[in-house]
Amino acid sequence: MGSFIYSVLGDPFVQMLQMPDFLMQVVWEGFVSGILYALIALGFVLIFKASGIFNFAQGIMVVFSGLTLVGLHELGVPAFLALFITLGVMYVLAFSVERLVLRNLVNQPDIILFMATIGLTNILIGLGQWIFGGETKSMITEQLWLPTGSSVWEPGGGLVIFQHIDIAAAVIAALLIICLALFFSKTKVGRALRAVADDHQASLSVGISLNHIWVITWFAAGIVALVAGIMWGARSDVSFSLQIIALKALPVLVLGGFTSVPGAIVGGLIIGIGEKLFEIYWGPLFGSGIEGWFAYVIALIFLLFRPQGLFGEKIIERV
Amino acid sequence: MFYRESGQFKSSYKEDMQAFPIREDKIGIAVWLLLAYLYVPFFGLPGLEYGFALNAIMIPVLIFTITTIGLNILVGYTGQISLGTAAFMGVGAYSCYKLTSYFPDVNIIILIFSSGFFAAAVGALFGLPSLRIKGFYLVVATLAAQFFLEWCFIRIGWLYNFNPSGAIEVPQREAFGFIVTGAAAEPVTRYLVVLTILIFLTIIAGNLVRGRIGRSWMMIRDMDIAAELIGVRPLTTKLSAFAVSSYYCGVSGALMVFMWLGAAEVESFDVNHSFLYLFMVILGGLGSITGSYMGAAFIWTFPLVLKEIGKVFEINPTVMENVSLVAIGVMIVFILIKEPHGLARLWQLGKQKLRIWPFPH
Amino acid sequence: MYKKIITGAVATAVAVATFVSTAHAEDTLYIPALSYRTGAFAGGGTPFANGFMDYLAMLNARDGGIGGVKIVNEECETAYNAQKGVECYEATKGNGALVYNPLSTGITLQLIPKAPVDEIPVLSMGYGLSAAGIGEKFPWTFTYPTSYWSQMSSILKYIDSNGGLKGQKIGFIYLDVGYGREPIPLLEKLAPQLGFEVAMFPVAGKEMQAQSAQWLNVRKERPDWMIMWGWGSMNPTAIKEAAKIRYPMDRFIGNWWSSAHADLVPVGEAGKGYVGANFSGIGTDFQALQDVIKYVIEPGNTRTDPSKVGDVLYNRGLYNAVIVAEAVETAQKMTGKSAISGADMRLGLENFNLDATRLAELGLAGFAGDLKGDCVDHEGGGPVFMQQWDGENWVKITDPIAPMSDVVRPLLEAAADAYVADKPEWKTQTCN
Repeated sequence: MGSFIYSVLGDPFVQMLQMPDFLMQVVWEGFVSGILYALIALGFVLIFKASGIFNFAQGIMVVFSGLTLVGLHELGVPAFLALFITLGVMYVLAFSVERLVLRNLVNQPDIILFMATIGLTNILIGLGQWIFGGETKSMITEQLWLPTGSSVWEPGGGLVIFQHIDIAAAVIAALLIICLALFFSKTKVGRALRAVADDHQASLSVGISLNHIWVITWFAAGIVALVAGIMWGARSDVSFSLQIIALKALPVLVLGGFTSVPGAIVGGLIIGIGEKLFEIYWGPLFGSGIEGWFAYVIALIFLLFRPQGLFGEKIIERV
Repeated sequence: MFYRESGQFKSSYKEDMQAFPIREDKIGIAVWLLLAYLYVPFFGLPGLEYGFALNAIMIPVLIFTITTIGLNILVGYTGQISLGTAAFMGVGAYSCYKLTSYFPDVNIIILIFSSGFFAAAVGALFGLPSLRIKGFYLVVATLAAQFFLEWCFIRIGWLYNFNPSGAIEVPQREAFGFIVTGAAAEPVTRYLVVLTILIFLTIIAGNLVRGRIGRSWMMIRDMDIAAELIGVRPLTTKLSAFAVSSYYCGVSGALMVFMWLGAAEVESFDVNHSFLYLFMVILGGLGSITGSYMGAAFIWTFPLVLKEIGKVFEINPTVMENVSLVAIGVMIVFILIKEPHGLARLWQLGKQKLRIWPFPH
Repeated sequence: MYKKIITGAVATAVAVATFVSTAHAEDTLYIPALSYRTGAFAGGGTPFANGFMDYLAMLNARDGGIGGVKIVNEECETAYNAQKGVECYEATKGNGALVYNPLSTGITLQLIPKAPVDEIPVLSMGYGLSAAGIGEKFPWTFTYPTSYWSQMSSILKYIDSNGGLKGQKIGFIYLDVGYGREPIPLLEKLAPQLGFEVAMFPVAGKEMQAQSAQWLNVRKERPDWMIMWGWGSMNPTAIKEAAKIRYPMDRFIGNWWSSAHADLVPVGEAGKGYVGANFSGIGTDFQALQDVIKYVIEPGNTRTDPSKVGDVLYNRGLYNAVIVAEAVETAQKMTGKSAISGADMRLGLENFNLDATRLAELGLAGFAGDLKGDCVDHEGGGPVFMQQWDGENWVKITDPIAPMSDVVRPLLEAAADAYVADKPEWKTQTCN
């Protein structure tokens, strides 16, 4: 019994102190995957805020956009033109989702809308495989002028490796978030978006077109998905199995709150770093490989004690 | 013309509330039962090869119908969404496997029914968060169940008797003197067992949703606060819905492995299957037992039909697979927009039209 | 409106029903291909299916089939999904299927008990249940040319010949499903015997593109060698992560499902030095492959991207077809029938002889090691060779390494006994 307590409360910390460089590496890896979770979660938050829809298809949008980009490049389209066309495809997607799905489901219960996005997921999986094939594709990292090498930092004889693509991911994510924040606070459309998020009827009555706003938010979520797709694709590859990983944005949302952009970021980082630390230092106690459910179980515990999340609004319905 | 209730009078409340108040409905059900028990076991399905009809269509459809009824109890009747269906089926399958290895001589059908209780317990446990949260938050909670249970199925070697393949392989077992599980079991035996279990469970479910428990489920679904005010206790109501739903899923999971697949690893219980079962519920009709039959049959056979069409036009099967993914997605969205109560509602409308035929209104 | 829908539905149903009921013409060799070009593992399934189908198509075009009988090769998409696998099996077996090559451990496990009942053999080429290599216990299942356990022992031998095994720490990174877990009992058994240590790094199926935790653990544990049992997009991700932590690539060994072009091309230069096991030839410098190009690829009767002909997985699919074709021919000779049945096919699989001369006759000289069908040994005990990635292509670096049959065989027999134990009516066979 004593040894068990030690292996839970003592040994992991001893290990951390013994190899501080390794601890730093673990935290860095967690930080990077946390940023990617946060990016995916950001897409969910954008749509949820504007339309109250829990967009289950956000994960497949990440894969679909990455696949479109790579697929176009394979067809001989130059990288940046492909990027541009992919943005166009995401706009068309946003437009058709609004026209064909959302507009027809106004005023339906949330759960119906949610199930409609699961249907949408199926459509995008099928279309993606149909057009681009099911094989794993590698991201066109260099063609997009993204860095590929790595740098080494040796604090006191230790070794911490930083991949340049990871640094780039962090920087680009930060830029994207700043752009979104500016867009929300400084532009007319952004202010309209926030108004819609606040009150649908009031914003309708001051002349904001809900349909137009929905297209814009879905397009914004599409851009975020494309960035997440490029980054994750550059770290591993673009394949359909990314879609299930993208579901991890859901526990991030529970932690951060469904309507909070800073919440998505903080939640992403907590889940990313937390699951890495737990997997490395406490995972062996459970036979490791716990990353698959750790985030969900944390979210489950959170749901029991603080359902609105860290930053969410307190209007959650108590049952 | 044939389907008309005029002239059928009910003189007591009991008669009025019976499951099938209209005579033609009774005849219809009897015909279906006769076909299922007397035609299919001997001739399979018209136009299809016998073994294919039973093994690839009838048995899986009947099993998935049980799953769909179970999930419908949760989603359609109680309004709680769940994405952990496949994992709850897994709990049923793995517990049935353990039970068969501990009690090799007990009738396998008893073991299948008992394995549902393990699934019910696990389902109620993961249903606990539903007391505080609902909607999307519950999606996350049920996904937690899904992924955690998947991990258990692969990591806890005891569950599959430390088989190096990590899979459960169905042993041969008998019931009432017939071999019902294992490769030596005749398809027709397995079909009849599954059919009988399904009918039994349908009767139970039909009566549950008509009765006090079912009404309290629907009250919680329609307006939880009002339900609480008139004395429906959310705790027992929601947890009972989770437990009953998971019981059905557990039994269908055990049937799926023991009566159909013959062996299974964790892949048969992954999250994509949970989506599939949810599609069956949506397409068939939320809150309808008849719809559960239609949804399961439709979602399972639709890709098969597409495959055959693909063969006729010499389109390669990969394309047809993707077409069926897209088509099912489109149908889900379409059904949600046009007819949120699914195929069951269309069936009802058809009956309504027949009643007043030949007049349009 | 409704009327139209109903009429349409009825018409479709009738059309489908009539089509399904039209039986296949007599005197063909019906060989279904359960393939997957969709789903999470499509990257591996597609080239394998292409190689398999193209070779059979070439035989049809060049020789008019086998023994003068046309081959009907029907593809059925399983998406690596066990339920679809069963459906494909039921849909195709009634047409007189000769043999099944499921290309998925999950589907193989389901078909093994069905094979003796329906009398259609299962050839799970280098995958599936290792224990099925015991022919006396599994008359209807074949794992030619070798099993996972034999392969693992060959890899260990390779390590032993490159600096010794004793006192080494072997890291084993695997896809955490039945397939990846298969060799663990062998590793655990051999570790104390041969004096090495094992560290396990499981990768969950849905997390296969997020492996940084596993590789951080590798960095913590510092194994001397890494062995990988991966599939699909797990492989390139793992190799990239290994490169990231600067793990020496020439000490990282993939099994034969983790060392294909599809796995290394995305990694490119960073994967230079990575070692993989293989049992079929690389490239197109074989007469048979030239014939495939001439009769199938160039006329365009294929779904293969011409630049991928000769890739590792393509050639492995082709080798699978070679074994099937050879068994068919043997069965035809033994029975004197040109249109054989599943039971005849089983005989063929137990009696064919693909030795060097026969391979040369087929235009495949040096493509694979000798392989002889046998009643007792359904595993083939085929040795595997090692290949290395030079940054652009695979290069063969060793001669075939024989497995440690003396260790593996008893383990296989024990596992086979355990499998049969709770199946009272299991049909076994006695040889000789």
